[in-house]
Parts: sequence; C-alpha cells; structure tokens
Amino acid sequence: MTLEDDGGHAAPIKRPVRWHILVFLLPALIVYTAVMILPLFQTLWLSLFNTVDGQPAFVGLANFKVLFGDERWAASFWNAFRNNLIFFVIHMLVQNPIGIALAAMLSIPKLRFAAFYRTAIFLPTLLSFVIVGFIWKLILSPIWGVAPWLMSLVGMKTFFAPWLGLPGTALIAVSLISVWQYVGIPMMLIYAALLNIPEEVIEAAECDGITGWSQFWKIKLPLILPAIGIISILTFVGNFNAFDLVYTVQGALAGPDGSTDILGTLLYRTFFGFQLQLGDRSMGATIATVMFLIILAGVSLYLFIIQRRIRRYQF
Amino acid sequence: MSNKARTSPIRTGAIHFALIAYTIIALFPVFLTIVNSFKSRNAIFRSPLQLPGPESFSMIGYETVLKQGNFIGYFGNSLTVTVLSIALVLLFGAMAAFALSEYRFKGNTLMGLYLSLGIMIPIRLGTVAILQGMVATGLVNTRTALVLVYTAQGLPLAVFILSEFMRTVSDDLKNAGRIDGLSEYAIFFRLVLPLVRPAMATVAVFTMIPIWNDLWFPLILAPAEATKTVTLGSQIFIGQFVTDWNAVLSALSLAIFPVLVLYMIFSRQLIRGITSGAVK
Repeated sequence: MTLEDDGGHAAPIKRPVRWHILVFLLPALIVYTAVMILPLFQTLWLSLFNTVDGQPAFVGLANFKVLFGDERWAASFWNAFRNNLIFFVIHMLVQNPIGIALAAMLSIPKLRFAAFYRTAIFLPTLLSFVIVGFIWKLILSPIWGVAPWLMSLVGMKTFFAPWLGLPGTALIAVSLISVWQYVGIPMMLIYAALLNIPEEVIEAAECDGITGWSQFWKIKLPLILPAIGIISILTFVGNFNAFDLVYTVQGALAGPDGSTDILGTLLYRTFFGFQLQLGDRSMGATIATVMFLIILAGVSLYLFIIQRRIRRYQF
Repeated sequence: MSNKARTSPIRTGAIHFALIAYTIIALFPVFLTIVNSFKSRNAIFRSPLQLPGPESFSMIGYETVLKQGNFIGYFGNSLTVTVLSIALVLLFGAMAAFALSEYRFKGNTLMGLYLSLGIMIPIRLGTVAILQGMVATGLVNTRTALVLVYTAQGLPLAVFILSEFMRTVSDDLKNAGRIDGLSEYAIFFRLVLPLVRPAMATVAVFTMIPIWNDLWFPLILAPAEATKTVTLGSQIFIGQFVTDWNAVLSALSLAIFPVLVLYMIFSRQLIRGITSGAVK
C-alpha cells in the first residue's frame, strides 16, 4: 500500500506522503487485525499442534485424524454435524418461507396497521437467546401447563408431549424456537427488496392481467431472488456457529442424550471443558477449523456460484 | 394505485387475519412472561393467562431477584461494555470508512475486502486463540477484553455501511472546506461526520443488539461475578433458581425491559435502516 497520490493526474506530480490516510485507517486496522484476524488464523494454526509429553509439538493433521478416525470423537462430531444440518434445513424450510410470506403481505400498498405488525413481529429478534430460551422452556414445560392448555383450546391436547425432553423431538423444538425468534430478519430483508420493485413493473404486469398470486410467483419472486440468496447465506452462517440457544435451553451437554448437540456446543465442551470433561485446546482449535471450513465452503458457494447465477435486475 | 384487484375486501380481511395471528404468536410469550412476573406463585399456576388482579398481584419475584442477584451490577457491566464498544466501532469505523471512500491510494480495494472479511466469518471461530491472547495479556475477567472483542466484531459491517454512505457526501462541500484551509481531519470531523449521522445511528443499533445479547464471550472471557453482563447474569441466576418461578419470571422481565424501552425509541430508526438498503 502506498499513500502517495496517484489520483488520476495525467502527469504524475510527486506529492508528499498523505499521513492522514494512515491515521484514519490505523485504529480500525489494528483492533480488527489483532483481535479478529490474527486469532482466527492462530486458531487454524493451533489445530496442527498438540501436547506431546507435556510439550506443545507440531503434529500435522493428526488432530483431524483423531476427530474423524477415533470412534468416540467421530461419533460426537458427526452427530453434531448432522444435528446442525437439520437445524439449518428447518430454518430454510420454515423460517424463510414464513418470512417471505409475511413480507409479501406487509408490502401490499396502503395496508392499514402495517407499521404495527412489522414492529411487533420483529420484536423477538431483539431479545437475547437467554430470554427466548427460558420463556419457551417455561411455556413448553408440562409443570406450568400453558402449552397443553392452549392445545386443548383447539382440541389437540392429546398431542402434547414434553418435546424438549424427548430425544426424538428436542432438536425440532429447539429449531422452531430459533425460527420464532429470527423470522423477523428474512421478513425485513425481503420486505425491503419488495419495496424496491418499481411501480411500473407491477403496473405493466397488471395491464397484462397478472395479479394476486400469479403476480407474486411470476413477477415479484424472480425479482427478489437476490435477497433470498442473501438471507439463505446469512441463515447458513448463523446456524453453523449457533450456540447460545441450545446452551440455554438444553445446557452444555445439549441433551437429552446429545440429541440437540450442534457444532457450537461441541466446540464449547471440547475447548472449554464441562463437568468431568477437561478442556482440550488443540481439539477445540481442530473443531473450530472444521467449522471455519464449513462456513467458508458455504460462503464461497454463495459468492462464486449462486450469486453469479442469479440475475440481478437493474432499474 | 386504486386497483380493484389489489384491494378486494375478502383478501384484505384474510391478510389482516394472518398478520394478526402471527403478531399474537410473536408477542404472546413475551406478554405471558411479563404478566406472570407480577403474580403470586399460586396465581401463576392456577390461571397463567389472567392479568394480575388485587388478589393475585405480588412483587415477590422482583424482591428475590433484587435481593439475591446482583442485577444492578450486571446492568452496569452490560451498559459499560455496550456503550464503549459502540463508541469505538463508530469512531474507528467512520475513520476507516472515510479513508476508503474519500482517498484514492494503492491497495484501497484490497483494504476494503480485507476489512469486510469479518462480515461473513464469525469472530467466534477464533475464540481459542482470543482466550489465549487475553490470558497472556492479563485481560481475562475484565470488561476491556469484551470491549476489544466486540469492537473488532462490529467494525467490518460498520466500515461497509458507513463507506457506502460517505460516498454520497458532496465533493464540492469537502473541496470548499479544503480551499478554506481546513485540514483533512477537520473535514472529516466537522463536515462529513455530521452529515452521516443517520447512518451512524443505524450502525449503532445494528452493533448494539448482538453485543447486549451475547452469551458466548462473557461466558468464556469474563465469567467473574464483577464482570458478568446481564445476559450471562440472568442465565446463571435463572439456572440456580429454576424452581422459584416468581424469581425466574421476574428476572426474565427485567432482562426484557431495557430492550423493550430501547426498541420503542429506536424501532423506526432500525426498521428504516434495514429497509433503506443499509444492509444489502
């Protein structure tokens, strides 16, 4: 990086070094590099080390061999990975369609109370996982009985079960709690994209007799595909480093019986230790590296394939 | 706009019905928590959906929380950490954004890309080395550690949003300032910063939410009693008082309250920020 002016003059005039550029950039650059980028690469680097005979030693890919080769490590890793994938799929299938539907309804011109609905539906997104997790734990608790009572109103009381406590349903229940909390984000981003569609396009569609549902499917949806791409990648990154909700609702062991264990909770237990398990920095760094590669793969897939394929309409 | 196809009363009715239904789903749990936090233990279980009346009204939960938990201290910690982090994110972020959007120099694009890496890659993945670094510098269990981490976490998005906005500030204005002999620093602080204030407010709100709500870093970097944030504090408090429903509901309500107040003040700003395309 040079700070001399090369600002497009035909004849290059030698100008003094522009120190102010450095002064403007430096604080952000130092904090960002020292606290974020360096530790990130240091963590990746640490995954290649382990303690041998009480001394830190370079072990190459041995940690990864343990993670994927050792029976117990591999079992808990693949369990966490599979759960994380299910967690993500539920978000994609439930959260994003609901978000799109809500945005489509809110963006109808001259809809009354639209601002109120928008504000209210976005509220849960601002609450911390701790609040959201405990509220739902209370509501779904058979001791309090709010959930069974609500279900009895619609005649479905017999279907009630302590979902959070059953290995078969706990993951779905936790995912749906997270969906409840975060539906506001896709709603807002899609809403913004829908508002950006020019009125002329909609009018032209109406002149051709395309209204209502078919207008949404044939005109609006293709135009908001870039925004849907963005919410998909945001969901992916958010889900694959999620931790707080599972920790709050099911504890660090991500019970019952590891059925809600995701990569974030596995990383926490491995690296920080929990109860009888001692913290293991090398294996923690190894899991963090795998998570980094998963997220990197997702982001690259989005940037280089999906985003290029989606046609952007310029108005 | 006055198109019949768009405003058939049945369709509008159905849409309002769907939106009201979802609004209830979104608000009901919060409502339920706050209402029950003001009731006696019996009333919580006997009639969870009733508003507190003269018989069922009770503040016992709040008394337990204020007596047993150090919530005021936790609030103080959260407030200090959040306010300091936002201030640093805004100042450093705006400075870097100004450098990137105002000057042409070699490496400008590369620097922009480097700073925006952090938008997609979560800082959490570096936790192992961050903890190591904080231990080495003796910053474990200090609020400084949290402020540093949150500043680094907030900077990428702040630089990205603010430099988009700064590109729209008129060049004539800045050049007029230069002709009047203002230094580059004066141009930044006196001319440009006041003009991008709306964008700064948007960035502040976006930065604030994940910091205030974070559980991961307080849990790992600053779990000591003296540095607990309100999110971690309520997590631990509720974990210990699981069976005391009054205390749990009151602690939850206390944690919701500041968010509700802030949301009522800033919701327009926040929603305008999102929908104006600040984050695309």
